[in-house]
This record gives sequence, structure tokens and C-alpha cells, in this order.
Amino acid sequence: MTLTEVAVEDAEVLLISADDDVVRARQATRAIAAKASLSLVEQTKVVTAASELARNTLIYGGGGQVRVELVRSARRTGVRLQFSDDGPGIKDIDLALTDGYTTGTGLGLGLSGSRRLVDEFDIRSGSESGTVITIVKWGR
Amino acid sequence: MVDRVPVLRIGDALLVSIQVDLQDRVAIQLQDDLSERIVETGAKGVVIDISGLEIVDSFVGRMLSSIASISRVLDAETVVVGMRPAVAITLVELGLYLDGVRTALNVERAFALIAARSSGASLVAQGAIDTDLPTAGTDP
Repeated sequence: MTLTEVAVEDAEVLLISADDDVVRARQATRAIAAKASLSLVEQTKVVTAASELARNTLIYGGGGQVRVELVRSARRTGVRLQFSDDGPGIKDIDLALTDGYTTGTGLGLGLSGSRRLVDEFDIRSGSESGTVITIVKWGR
Repeated sequence: MVDRVPVLRIGDALLVSIQVDLQDRVAIQLQDDLSERIVETGAKGVVIDISGLEIVDSFVGRMLSSIASISRVLDAETVVVGMRPAVAITLVELGLYLDGVRTALNVERAFALIAARSSGASLVAQGAIDTDLPTAGTDP
């Protein structure tokens, strides 16, 4: 999926290295989503996706960071989140995006489920470069 | 941040009200605490009020499912109450159906379910869940 060209209006970078950083990532996402005038349901969806992806960054990526941005396109405002880690990378992205597939102990819904919850989803991964996942949720 | 969610005993049931965003380890601690308290008190039911939760992600969803399974094995029924509408919409889109978790709209109804069950009137309880209308006088 190609990501829409946007102007970034507000950005914050948070480290993800412990349990409570996942909570902080959720809170930062919520704050920006409200600022971007997302509806309550849209806010809930993007915060849930943020929670899943932040936990993945922590557990599978061995920690990393998230960049939380308020973005604007020609017509609307939204939230863009970019999660990055220097972990081992995802060997088979298609497989990792399958519902129920997990290499850990979770339900295997984190990646596939969060893709359904957002409007744009981009994933890049390599064994040398780690994993970078970018998602965008637009206000209506 | 809180380290533990308090578990209250009310009659035959245990009541847990989750008021704040949960860290993963606090969720795991709650699961352990509840299992112990069920055995210790011989409780017949566990009511979990999640009206304070702004999101339920796959981690918390899995915790609710395992609390339900564990308590069933320990002869207690788990009822989850107070889910916000936006959370319900997001859960389903995420792909989480909370299998095996019984839900009720509020704490009062949850306690009624558990009371009916512990008085041995499980069939009556079943009827109480499926319909709120008295059966008398509904004949055509």
C-alpha cells in the first residue's frame, strides 16, 4: 500500500523499551487523534492499533520507537504512526499478516488486526534493517 | 500507575472494576489474583467491570478469555460488563470475539446471573439471560 503525501503538523517520538511505554504510546496516540478531530470510534481504533504495534515492537523487535504525528492531506487531518525497531525483522510478511499466525504466545491478531483498524498500512522489514511499520488513520 | 487491581468480594461473587489503562503485567497479576481469590472464597462468579477501559486490545482480550476459562474450571462464572460501544466495534474489527466470555450490560444484571446460578437454578438463569420479559401472560 502506498502512503498518501502529507504535511506533518505536529510530531512526537517515544521510546518503546518497557511495558509502560506501550501505555504511553497509547496515550500519545489518543491525544493526537483527538487533536486531528477523529471521531470516538476512529480514535478507539487507532489507539488499539497503536497498542498492538507498540507491543510487537517491544516483544518481537526487542524495543524501538514510535513517531506519532498529526498529518494533513489536501482534504483532511489524521494521525500517522511509525513504529521502528532494530530487531531480527519479519521473515515472511504475508504469513505474519495472516490472522492467527504468531511466532510468540499471542493470538496472532496484532499485525493483521491493526491493519484492518486503520486506513493506510505499510510494512518494511529486513534481517539487517529491522522492521518499520507506518499506519495512518484519517478523520472523516 | 497502579500495580494491582483490587478484587472485592460481594456475597457469592468477586467484583473487579478496571478504572485505568492497564499495563500488561498488571493484567497478568489480576489473572493470578483472581484465580487465587476464587479458590480462597469459593466464589461462584466473577464480575469484571471494564467501563473504565478506553480500549481492549488483543492482550487484554486474551486476558479476559483466560480469566473466563480459569474460573470455569474452578466452578465460577465470569461476566464482563460495561464495555463501551466504540470498544465493542473495535474488538470485532480487530478479529477478537471473546469466545467463552459471558457479557451483561451492567453490574446489576451480572450479579443477577451469578445469583441465579449459585442458587442452583441454572435453567432459570438461562431464561433470565435470553429474555427480560416475564413469560406469564405472553401466550397468544
